[in-house]
Amino acid sequence: MHADPAGVLTGVHFIDGDHACCEGCLAAGARFASGYPITPSTEVVERFASRIPTVGGVFIQMEDELAASITMQGAVWAGAKGFTVTSGPGFSLMMEHIGYAAMTETPCVFFDVQRGGPSTGLPTLPAQADMMQARWGSHGDYMIIAVCPNSPQECFDLTIKAFNFAERYRVPVMVMLDEVVGHMTEKVVIPEPDKIEIEPRRHTKLPPGEYKLYGTNGDMVPDMVHAGEGYRFHVTGLTHDERGYPNMTPKVQDSLIRRLKDKVTRAYDDVVLFDEQDTADADVVVVCYGITSRVAQRAIDMAHAKGLKVGKFRIITAWPFPERQIRALADKVKAFVVPELNLGQMVYEVERCAAGKARTVHVPHAGGSVHKPEDILKAIEEAIR
Amino acid sequence: MSTKANDLVQCEACNPVEQFLRVDRIPHIWCPGCGIGTTVNCFTRALIDSKVDLDNLVVVSGIGCTGRVAGYVNLDSFHTTHGRAIPFATGLKLANPKLNVIVYSGDGDLSAIGGNHLIHAARRNINLKVICVNNLIYGMTGGQTAPTTPDHIITSTSPYGTFDPNFNLPHLVEAAGAVYVARWTTFHVRQLAKSIQEAFAKQGFSFIEIISPCPTLYQRRNKMGDGLAAMKYYKEVSKVKNGCPTSEVGLTKAGEIIVGKFVDRDRPDYLELMRAQMHESLGDRYVESWDREGEECECHS
Repeated sequence: MHADPAGVLTGVHFIDGDHACCEGCLAAGARFASGYPITPSTEVVERFASRIPTVGGVFIQMEDELAASITMQGAVWAGAKGFTVTSGPGFSLMMEHIGYAAMTETPCVFFDVQRGGPSTGLPTLPAQADMMQARWGSHGDYMIIAVCPNSPQECFDLTIKAFNFAERYRVPVMVMLDEVVGHMTEKVVIPEPDKIEIEPRRHTKLPPGEYKLYGTNGDMVPDMVHAGEGYRFHVTGLTHDERGYPNMTPKVQDSLIRRLKDKVTRAYDDVVLFDEQDTADADVVVVCYGITSRVAQRAIDMAHAKGLKVGKFRIITAWPFPERQIRALADKVKAFVVPELNLGQMVYEVERCAAGKARTVHVPHAGGSVHKPEDILKAIEEAIR
Repeated sequence: MSTKANDLVQCEACNPVEQFLRVDRIPHIWCPGCGIGTTVNCFTRALIDSKVDLDNLVVVSGIGCTGRVAGYVNLDSFHTTHGRAIPFATGLKLANPKLNVIVYSGDGDLSAIGGNHLIHAARRNINLKVICVNNLIYGMTGGQTAPTTPDHIITSTSPYGTFDPNFNLPHLVEAAGAVYVARWTTFHVRQLAKSIQEAFAKQGFSFIEIISPCPTLYQRRNKMGDGLAAMKYYKEVSKVKNGCPTSEVGLTKAGEIIVGKFVDRDRPDYLELMRAQMHESLGDRYVESWDREGEECECHS
């Protein structure tokens, strides 16, 4: 279906990544947000608080991130599309409800505008050090989808995709910005509503009595109902059967947890987005994401000027990790160079997929600013030798 | 489509409560002598007498013994995370104001890990009905000290007796802004059912505390007898004082239990305040937060 025109601010704008995320939410049909202020993410909900009363919906500022991350899930079960927004310390507090959303298959979107950590760290300065937390931060086995925009335009575009993925697969989806992308102001083009494809809620067609809350029809993703529709359903974070009833046996645990993971990994071709350039005859491929991909581009241009055969693989979907592409590249290239604003996170995924076939060179940065292109170039030159 | 509770009461011989329960989930997990089942009986009695629309009724629980109520009632029900029933319920209510949202949880869940949410929901006057079963202890995890445990009580984490001061929950929620505050024990079944009905009719944050026995962990460790002994004790020491200042209703180990309706007042709830403010600031530009009235469900009649 197409976007509801009420939420779409069609036109050419000069806005930052945070604001573009908010416009993406509105265009995607989000009509509910619960948040708690935290730099450098707050602008997303500040704009939402300003825009939503004239679009039709609710923003509520909660007492903490624990509340913010589950209030919007209550709204989802009442029929809304919902999201919350945070940064590192708040993201840590929200882990509990990423697990709840995964377990209860609540479609919703979490934004994390990454700043330096651990703890309070660098409130106003960038990092990319929550990437593993996004994947593994809540306890237990589950799978999520995470995307990494590298520009305000992509903040808008990927936010819409994030909501669509959330609805299609009934998973929490993370939009992993970094402070630079969140605060960078650039041109953002918002299309006409009928040019924006929106995934509707997977509402069951079955009447009460025939419907099972977690019954699946072969595609591993159950259809949904909302409170107040007469279905008399029960949702729990406990291990549960198809009816949604608690059933804490190893057998039910096995089938539920495998399905929660498999429904996302089976959607690989749909959800794994990437941008691959000059990899065909490359000796070295720079694997990068977010703001670091734009710094890496400068290093790659410098390497090209020196006649080096360097390609770029930009991770757009971080989770599920684009392992098929990295494995294929590992058969062809000498080495991967992985710059990121942390002391080693996605590089381990690259190394795992390279499986010893190609060398993996990390270019760490503890955060607070971005890499110097020269540092990435140096790593490229060392890797190519 | 709407279903009233009394439409379902079909025959004298039926257990009138059964229609509200997921009987395929019985037996329940509660211990012999536990008071939670009694509170569910009173809740269902209130459903029958108040004739509320059951299709719009939602029960939200947190974690713990009382947290399991959501799993046994045959209503739309959510068993959320520990302490977060209130914020989840807030999202349900604000996204669909037609829903009648009941938060049904325990004292540890609502006042310890969920204490922040409890006071803020009362402050905002979110139109939720909170039923707090207070057994004065953490039951599910094996009898640890709760913020409600009175002094000089033996618990698994206070083996020499509790000494940290306890919360007086009616006083706390009144101070935070609740419009309806009552307390009963599981001995006061008729008064409790009536109180739940009154809360259904209130517009705003309503809080009913139910003092309820935990024979397995609280009573036993403190040599207070079984479930029946608790009933006799409640009968003996309870004093009905409607309108009693909540500052005077704190609980002690063996002292009197003041019960009754303490607070019944009116102030605009969160949605009313939001609408009024938005109309004032935005005038005609304000689009009412979505109204599902008239919106047809695609799936069934």
